[in-house]
Amino acid sequence: MGNMNTLLQLLQSSIAFGTIIMFGAVGEIITEKAGNLNLGIPGVMYLGAISSLVGVFFYEKNVADPNPFVCAVIAILCAFLAAALGGLLFSFLTITLRANQNVTGLTLTIFGSGVANFFGGLLNGFSGGVGQIRVETTSKVFMAKIPFLSELGVVGKLLFSYGWLVYVAIIIAVLSQWFFNKTRTGLNLRAVGENPATADAAGINVTLYRYLATCIGTGIAGLGGLYYVMDYTKGTWANDGTIENLGWLAVALVIFAIWRPKNAIWGAYLFGLLFWLYLYVPGLDRKTNELFNMLPYVVTIIVLVFTSFRKKRENQPPNALGLAYFREER
Amino acid sequence: MQNNIAVKLQDITKTFGKQVVANKDVTLDIRKGEILSLLGENGSGKTTLMNMLAGIYFPDSGHIFMDTDGEGLKEVSICSPKDAYALGIGMIHQHFKLVDVFTATENVALGLDKSIAFNKKQIAQDIKAICDKYGFKVEADKKVYNMSVSEKQTLEIVKALYRGANILILDEPTAVLTPQETDMLFDVMRNMKADGKSIIIITHKLNEVLEISDRVSILRKGEYVGTVDTADATVSSLTEMMVGQKVTLEIDRKEPKDIKERLVVKNLTCVNKYGVKALDNVSFTAYGGEILGIAGISGSGQKELLEAIAGLQDTVENSSIEYIAPEANTPSQLIGKTALQIKNMGVALSFVPEDRLGMGLVGTMGMSDNMMLRSYRKGFIFTERKGPKSLAQKVKDDLEVVTPSITTPVRKLSGGNVQKVLVGREIAAEPTVLMTAYAVRGLDVNTSYTIYGLLNEQKEKGVAVIYVGEDLDVLLALSDRIMVLCDGKLNGIVDARTTTKEEIGLLMTHLREEENDNG
Amino acid sequence: MANVAVHKREPLVRIAKRDSMPLWQSILIRVLSIVLALVVCGVIIYMLIKVNPLEVYKSMVEGAFGAFKEDYKFFNRRTWITIRDTMMLLCIAVGLAPAFKMRFWNIGAEGQILVGGIATAACMIYLKNLPPVLLFICMIGASLLAGALWSLLPAIFKAKWNTNETLFTLMMNYVAIQLTSFFVALWENPFGSNTVGIINPTGKEGWFPPVFGLDYLMNVIVVMTITVGMFIYLKYSKQGYEISVVGDSENTARYAGINVKKVIIRTMLISGAICGLSGFVAVSGASHTISVNTAGGKGFTAIIVAWLAKFNTFTMILISLLLVFLDKGAIEIASKYDLNDYVASMITGIILFFILGSEFFVNYRMIFRSKEKEVQ
Repeated sequence: MGNMNTLLQLLQSSIAFGTIIMFGAVGEIITEKAGNLNLGIPGVMYLGAISSLVGVFFYEKNVADPNPFVCAVIAILCAFLAAALGGLLFSFLTITLRANQNVTGLTLTIFGSGVANFFGGLLNGFSGGVGQIRVETTSKVFMAKIPFLSELGVVGKLLFSYGWLVYVAIIIAVLSQWFFNKTRTGLNLRAVGENPATADAAGINVTLYRYLATCIGTGIAGLGGLYYVMDYTKGTWANDGTIENLGWLAVALVIFAIWRPKNAIWGAYLFGLLFWLYLYVPGLDRKTNELFNMLPYVVTIIVLVFTSFRKKRENQPPNALGLAYFREER
Repeated sequence: MQNNIAVKLQDITKTFGKQVVANKDVTLDIRKGEILSLLGENGSGKTTLMNMLAGIYFPDSGHIFMDTDGEGLKEVSICSPKDAYALGIGMIHQHFKLVDVFTATENVALGLDKSIAFNKKQIAQDIKAICDKYGFKVEADKKVYNMSVSEKQTLEIVKALYRGANILILDEPTAVLTPQETDMLFDVMRNMKADGKSIIIITHKLNEVLEISDRVSILRKGEYVGTVDTADATVSSLTEMMVGQKVTLEIDRKEPKDIKERLVVKNLTCVNKYGVKALDNVSFTAYGGEILGIAGISGSGQKELLEAIAGLQDTVENSSIEYIAPEANTPSQLIGKTALQIKNMGVALSFVPEDRLGMGLVGTMGMSDNMMLRSYRKGFIFTERKGPKSLAQKVKDDLEVVTPSITTPVRKLSGGNVQKVLVGREIAAEPTVLMTAYAVRGLDVNTSYTIYGLLNEQKEKGVAVIYVGEDLDVLLALSDRIMVLCDGKLNGIVDARTTTKEEIGLLMTHLREEENDNG
Repeated sequence: MANVAVHKREPLVRIAKRDSMPLWQSILIRVLSIVLALVVCGVIIYMLIKVNPLEVYKSMVEGAFGAFKEDYKFFNRRTWITIRDTMMLLCIAVGLAPAFKMRFWNIGAEGQILVGGIATAACMIYLKNLPPVLLFICMIGASLLAGALWSLLPAIFKAKWNTNETLFTLMMNYVAIQLTSFFVALWENPFGSNTVGIINPTGKEGWFPPVFGLDYLMNVIVVMTITVGMFIYLKYSKQGYEISVVGDSENTARYAGINVKKVIIRTMLISGAICGLSGFVAVSGASHTISVNTAGGKGFTAIIVAWLAKFNTFTMILISLLLVFLDKGAIEIASKYDLNDYVASMITGIILFFILGSEFFVNYRMIFRSKEKEVQ
């Protein structure tokens, strides 16, 4: 029974951890499918996290009896919109002004982490010190578990003992998988990322698609930041750079999932498992823990290398990934 | 206004950058239910003009009128391909606009904003209906990267028809097709014409123009020359309109003298990345002091042949390429050596590749640095810069290269000047074997003659010249012998002085009997 | 005809590539973008702390180059720190230059710096009894080797199987970070602090020696040597020429008999080695310790520096200086007006966005719908 509990705890923490990067990865898949390689994912996750926190902080502070529903709406809107604004900035620079995507993405990460940690620090200052900020009502909303089901023995705990954003992440991943394969818009989007000249000739507005895919993608990634502050860290803030690391892990997950949202679901949980496994492996000390934490990255490298060996056309990155499109190029 | 006109282009001008005028004041009518040939040499602005109808480019000035509702011409503005489709214009580009990892159905469905959900079955049925109506064959679930060139082209036409195109533009559709496939395409075009569609075919092949079209419009150097009814046209009248003056190729061809074996190729076989034999058991000898022409439909193995000799192409076992140096008695084997090893063996090989800026030159560097490409290894650690600089100046003066300076990036030069830089460098290396691929493609007549002169000069110096060409008249007038490749196989070597265009044309398109038995 | 012209719908603005632009004009555009960015930052800071933006800019300059007092000397401690950090950033950017010139997106500098730093720290810890010259040779050799090895893997896979190098080098960063955490835990001092602490604080073994009594002059000498060397290497050497050819077109390189795979691997080894050496400069010449913050995002910032400088190593000096100046200036504002240090990343981000955007106006021209045509 003890072993059972340990295993359950491991799986639970893997799923919680995986949810953060699943949001980021699915958002980035949508962006990359349209041909934009946005290395600003850590930055937009930061933007999503801090905006939701700031939004509800002021709401909870100024209202005597904060309404949980309003809290949730404010948090989600703030997270999504702030991250999407980051995506809009990225799109404007890379699509309209044709700046290099890698460089712009990295700048967005620097900017996002600066903004988030700056305001996070200010907020902590308002509340009287590091780690003092609390947004109880909101974080309670996001951490609410499904009654009855979550207590139904091991299965119930494994499947139903999480805040509802965990299921939102899965739904978004499944929906985007369906979107890519079963809808015209999804088809057009993939064409934009594979061969923008062709998409253009077919009458698809390449610029519009790239803008929308990037903004919606970053918005979804921003929800990863939301989940992190509201549920994972229970409505607190620390300037510790965790979100940045998670953001890069999300970028890794995109490769691991070979650009398919459905793979990102189990991939995210697998990354979570690899991340937490060290706690449950006997005989590890702090030093070897750190080596153990390399695993997700090493596994991603292996997947990357493996897909480039196999050369299977369907498993390659979108053909126009990272390239600006300019119709009158000659 | 006349209501049998579908589209009217008026005073269309398009420039690229400050120097390149692609189209100047072009006025052109396209009638309903006709096949119109748009004829012109390479670089005469045919494709650019049509791209403006298809919404790829926007004209700098001029007007486009269309009869969209049968009530006469109205001015239209085509800002994007979407606008073009809305007006019923569909263009099949030379480089197909297909997504490789999509199926035929997915490619057809692309970009249509009907309902969100898309019904693959329905689209597949519609494709089949179009195919049956005009006589196409398309496999709905086949991925594009598994398709042959002809299948891709068919898919492109179906795609345009599915979108309700009434005006179809085909950009050099036959360049990549076999004669049988061309015949099938022409049948389909006639079916579409019978159905009331207007078809514009961009081409520079006169026999096709005469065979398929109702009228011919001719462009020369970006300007409109005129339109004639095909019934009134002959090969020579069209040629005259196309090139401006009657050109009988006056290439001063000397009898080869004192010829010596220079390259002996035996059983050369290459396999391309898809596992198909691009070259199949080719054997021939190239002699110093003669020009060996190589003819064939594009993609018949010409590229692989030259690259194999240059050490840039892997070959299959038993292949042999022997080089006999002027002073040496024993041949040296080139197979299995890299380009650098071949160079270090002292083989004086020059190569003017087809892709000038993508392979022969570095576009971002100036003439001077490009000269260095052959000689940069000379220095110790650092590159030797004086030699290339004076060479660049010499090439610039001798071949009259038009460039602001020898440090201006060569990609900013015009096609003819780029080619002069490349040929100048390769000849300056004093080769014993000189290989050229499509050396005059896209060049004006004067530059072309400069190049022919240079090649003949090399031949008289005793160089073995290998000339891969596409224009049969040039091949006949320039070469001493012509080797014809067909589908990767050597289909015959003929004497250029006695053979006829028909004979070569036949060798290009029909494998000889005994070869057929094996395949 | 007049009535149909109403339907005409020409796009309002079209964009075309510029053939060329006078140098002064392109410099002017870039300077303008920085000025504009500073104005925006000024407005933001004003909204936050309600202080006269000019006052803020003055604080920034003071933060980077010391407070303007009566006996102001330009080469004060602050200026030296600014110089030190500029050199660090420059060193990494110079290391990235050959890879970028080859169109190889080495975004793994962060990791290469860290492994170079680990190698340096290892030498300082385990070989501190060697004679100083020998110790320095070991440190330099070890950091070069470590950085080179770290870049070798992505390079080999890129050369042989065309594996995406952007993603590969990115992942290698995080492997390196975990590796650093491992060594930090291994060398923890004092126990339980979760840091390595200053290495060799008493004997200063393996520390950059002061030159003419100046602590950081050595950093300048080392990095400027590399910078000038790299400029000459890229511009005048045979290998540098090969890098340019491969970067422009791999086919042309093959045609010229250049072994593309060899050039890719060799160039990445050089790139990684210099990034590794930056780790040596960071540990031995600046912090004298190792932690996951030894690289501290400079590997990423340097990518932006190398890109904006168009691979010209001398332009990199200016851009590095600009970014370090912003960083120091912002930190000064933060401490003076009771904000936190992250304001620096925010300001850097904004300025970089403006500079990135300004490149568009250097490379492209916009053609507006002309009025004459409508009159016609």
